[in-house]
Amino acid sequence: MKYAFWPGCVSKGACPELYESMILISAKLGIELEEMYDGNCTGAGVISEHEPKLADMLNARNFAIAQKMGHDLVNICSTCQGVQSMVQEKLDRDEEYRAEINAQLAEEGLEYKPGLTIKNFMWVLVEDYGLDKLKEQVVRPLDGLRCGPFYGCYILRPSRILGMEEHPERDDYLEQIIEAVGGTAVDYEGKDKCCGFPILTNNRKNSLTQAGTHIGSAKDQGADCLVTPCPLCHLNLDAQQPSAAEVIQRELNVPIIHLPQLIGLALGIDPKLLRMNRHVVGTQAVLDKVLAAVEA
Amino acid sequence: MEIRLKVRRQEAQSEYSSYSDYTVDMPEGATMLDALLQVRDYDDGSLALRYSCRSSICGSCAMRVNGRARLACKTKAVDMANGDEPIVVEPLGNMPVVKDLVTDMDVHWDKVRQITPWVENSGPEPEREHLVTHEVMLDVSNALSCIQCGACVSDCPVLEVDTSFIGPAAFAKAYRFVGDPRDDTTKERLQGLSATQGGIWDCTRCNMCVEVCPKDIRPMDRIMQLREKAVAAGVKENIGVRHGNSFAGSVRRLGRLDEIRLLPESVGMFNVPRLLSELPGAWRLFRAGKLPWQSAIPFMHKPIPGIKHVQRLYDQARNQKKEQAK
Repeated sequence: MKYAFWPGCVSKGACPELYESMILISAKLGIELEEMYDGNCTGAGVISEHEPKLADMLNARNFAIAQKMGHDLVNICSTCQGVQSMVQEKLDRDEEYRAEINAQLAEEGLEYKPGLTIKNFMWVLVEDYGLDKLKEQVVRPLDGLRCGPFYGCYILRPSRILGMEEHPERDDYLEQIIEAVGGTAVDYEGKDKCCGFPILTNNRKNSLTQAGTHIGSAKDQGADCLVTPCPLCHLNLDAQQPSAAEVIQRELNVPIIHLPQLIGLALGIDPKLLRMNRHVVGTQAVLDKVLAAVEA
Repeated sequence: MEIRLKVRRQEAQSEYSSYSDYTVDMPEGATMLDALLQVRDYDDGSLALRYSCRSSICGSCAMRVNGRARLACKTKAVDMANGDEPIVVEPLGNMPVVKDLVTDMDVHWDKVRQITPWVENSGPEPEREHLVTHEVMLDVSNALSCIQCGACVSDCPVLEVDTSFIGPAAFAKAYRFVGDPRDDTTKERLQGLSATQGGIWDCTRCNMCVEVCPKDIRPMDRIMQLREKAVAAGVKENIGVRHGNSFAGSVRRLGRLDEIRLLPESVGMFNVPRLLSELPGAWRLFRAGKLPWQSAIPFMHKPIPGIKHVQRLYDQARNQKKEQAK
């Protein structure tokens, strides 16, 4: 199992713990990652607002790089997935437009040909690796850990471009993974809603109210932590959580765990190596529960 | 086919709501509206719901089924059934309930009125009529097809936290006039939609409205078109535009996002009160090892190897845009 690995900008910036935990767990699971060091930012949907064609060219460049490497593309960011799926749908549908974009890539010796498989790591885990195989690797079952799934918008919507027809359970994969590693998936209002991150600069109050409300709703349902495949959601839910708590005027203190960190804990990897300390909201309560389950 | 329903009930002017359970026997192709009418006509005449055309044209029967806004007449009951669980039917969200499944849509209509929902033209009246090309009208035809059912208003997560947000359906309506060549107030409209509290830059791009719209209006895409047109019309003095420029600028410079510069460049380098208010958050990030401070130091934040190609694509796209604008 080998993939062209697109880590995204945030896992190399404000969420280095995501990148490091992903590298550790992929090695442990036997998933080979060949990093796309020359890949560029997808634009996170921001560039496509102002300059859709530029966003299309930038993403086509990434697709062509992955194809040159000869592997399917895997990302670890819901936002990257959404943007990549959206651009791919446009390029695959319109041959004339694709030729126009490819003409720009040609100078670099690149060409995008339709048919590249682009998958978020969460999809890879369920569809390519398999939950049964994952279960076999678990040495530290997360018994008793109540995890609220938080998907991130772009990996769920619009469903027509995200392969939901072929894989109708993609909106349930987080729950399935949480259960596969021994945890309990907590259902709560807001798990499929927006974390508010895209408007953090423009309308801080709305953004933090959204983040705080979802965390609070998960806490009300007894969640020990939230688990997300999206580093942008992580930033609003974790790094901004103290501010969100002030805005909605309630205590929150709910750790926000990256999906690869959750897997890493179940695979028995040292929490320090998973950088569980690199969170604004401390993760000690999660670790206490996980390690206590093992000792018991 | 046996259909089990769990319907939310609420009396007018009452804050209290409860659920009623019903079981109806329906043919295989029955819609949710068919099932609810079966309940109302033969089981419980007190159930209130709104409907008219039964053909997804009038938009009256929008309601939440299994937690998502849908047209009851366009939704097959069999598709909503989920094993032993009953189908949960609730009124639209983000608006007050009149009774049971009937909501007061005034909150939405007020927003539609807010965007001046008619063509404004102060020029001389033409001899016969204003002529427009098919191509131009095709661009707004999608927004014209909106049936104002309120499904997108119901499920918009921004409206849940901010009632001043104009909302997806009213924005789609706004695009219908911004894109209409007969209207001569385009820039004023875009200025108003950009500057207003609850305006176009407050949309989180979550795609919820795209997902629930029964007529494929894709309201969020219309909001993105409004943003694009606002920028093209020179309506740039707001955080949303600066955020986009900072984002694109960092990709041109590095091939990647420069997180450290994004906030100050977006809110404004001289916006001292806002920048000061962000300091505690920055300190929290720094303490947790999450502040990518290295990127503030030029030699530590190197561009990707193929940056010249990214810059070429960037400049190419910009030049094409300029050519088109001419």
